[in-house]
Amino acid sequence: MSGRRLHCGFVPLVDSAPLVIAHELGFAAKEGLELELLKQPSWSALRDLLVLGHLQAAHMLSPMPIAMTLGLGGVRAQVDALMVLSVNGNVIAASNDIVGRMRARGWTPDLTDAQSAADAFEAAADGPIRFGVPFPFSMHRELVEYWLKDRDIPYEISSVPPPMMSEALSTGEVDAFCVGEPWGSRAVDAEAGELILTGRSIWAFSPEKVLAARRDWISENTDQAGALMRAVYAAGRWLSDPSNREIATDILARREYLAMPADVVDRAMKGHLLAQARSLGIEVPGFVHFHAGAANFPWRSQAQWIGASLARRHGLAHDSVMETARDVFRSDLYREVMGDAGIDLPGASEKQEGALAHPTAVASTRGGLILQPDRFFDAAVFDLSLS
Amino acid sequence: MPAPLKIVVVEPDQARAQVITEALHESGWADVTVIADDSSLTRTLDDIDPDVVLIDLRNPRRDSLEALSETSGARQRPVAMFVDQSDPELSSAAVQAGVSAYVVGGLSGERIRPILETAIARFGIMSQMQSELDAAKQALAERKTIDRAKGLLIHAKGLTEEEAYQLLRKTAMDQGKRMIDVAQALVTASELLR
Repeated sequence: MSGRRLHCGFVPLVDSAPLVIAHELGFAAKEGLELELLKQPSWSALRDLLVLGHLQAAHMLSPMPIAMTLGLGGVRAQVDALMVLSVNGNVIAASNDIVGRMRARGWTPDLTDAQSAADAFEAAADGPIRFGVPFPFSMHRELVEYWLKDRDIPYEISSVPPPMMSEALSTGEVDAFCVGEPWGSRAVDAEAGELILTGRSIWAFSPEKVLAARRDWISENTDQAGALMRAVYAAGRWLSDPSNREIATDILARREYLAMPADVVDRAMKGHLLAQARSLGIEVPGFVHFHAGAANFPWRSQAQWIGASLARRHGLAHDSVMETARDVFRSDLYREVMGDAGIDLPGASEKQEGALAHPTAVASTRGGLILQPDRFFDAAVFDLSLS
Repeated sequence: MPAPLKIVVVEPDQARAQVITEALHESGWADVTVIADDSSLTRTLDDIDPDVVLIDLRNPRRDSLEALSETSGARQRPVAMFVDQSDPELSSAAVQAGVSAYVVGGLSGERIRPILETAIARFGIMSQMQSELDAAKQALAERKTIDRAKGLLIHAKGLTEEEAYQLLRKTAMDQGKRMIDVAQALVTASELLR
């Protein structure tokens, strides 16, 4: 059935796993979809192809659909997030020079304490810091800016494609970076620098990638959109079973996907990272989520946290941005599709972001939902009902 | 007479860069700068302050250009993307040809269009040549693998070359696979058993 053929763009990263697995293990086929995954060289290329209709769906950085809908970055297009593909999964690395100075001040890397890492980083910075992130509209950038917001560190953000991050760090094009795996581990292996934090140490449950599509395409192809969402959901659930990890890693490592040694890919999949070349690994529970804690649910409040930050940075009217942002994360459609499929859904579509320090049972349609910790490192709580 | 436009071509491959530059020169744009080293892309662009930036759609460095659109400053930045909904045909042609462009906001469409058309034509020819070259290379590599598989069959089963070829072909058809896949499997297996 040619009408069920879907072109879906992705960028080679560990968190493209739900799409790769949906295709490779037949979850898409089971939904009657012929999913064609098209690897993209850059986020901007992926975005352009989605806007022009060459792609029907895409693996996308969570702030991108919001930025596009707002017309930021030169392109205005109504693009929605059908669901969250992955939560967390980023690392922050700094150059050997900076880490050396951080260590000299008695800091030891544990990849968890963002406060003490910021103290040491602030003390070690001896001039303006150039921070590399993959894209201007990315969770990477949001996390870096959030981490440094109350610090006396002059910094500038520049966009560097993930596969070039390691080289950019070793040549001094950037002094530090925030990137998705496996590209941080690549830099560690190349001894370009060391990991100092993971993204989850800054925000313990940050929506990282979303499944995006054009709003007009979604409204004209609701069945296909729903089928794709169910296939990706099933892939995420499969990925959350630890006994499937090795197969998933082997598939992701293949040439047509990440084209990378399986052991490098495995670090993120296992949540067992090497902060420094030839060092002992550090366990990072919850390094990346594809399923746990309603990871796929597109919370309106997550979109609004992103929206609030974009509005501040770009000097846009707060209220209208908040309204636009909340509509981009399609919790309405997600409820419809997943509710029909009998999946447990949270009772509300908004929550306080940053309020949970421990896994917490919450009201849900089937009564079995436990949310994961979602704290910010500075213990702030983003609460829409207060603003 | 409008002021001449400053064009930057981001292209690490010298030969490709030259082809595009010449095409632009021939069409009357004299002020064309090529940036080959893309690690200092943003800083170099800051110094040049171009009106239009042309870059290969496949160049991963494109994402670095995105940041230019939000650098604040007195000067106008290249903000508008090639994906311009006012002209979807031109955008589609660009994607086909594999070129993307960043133009300074405020420049009118009529001024940009001829530059883009020239770029699209050149990039299109080059990417066609590239894909033909890739296809030829792949065909050659596939033929070598099939020849090796035939050799293995001739050796192991005492077949003639024609019989070996027919056996590969039949096996591929029976299994619903491409001949190259069957040949590759045979070559891989024989290496493992060696």
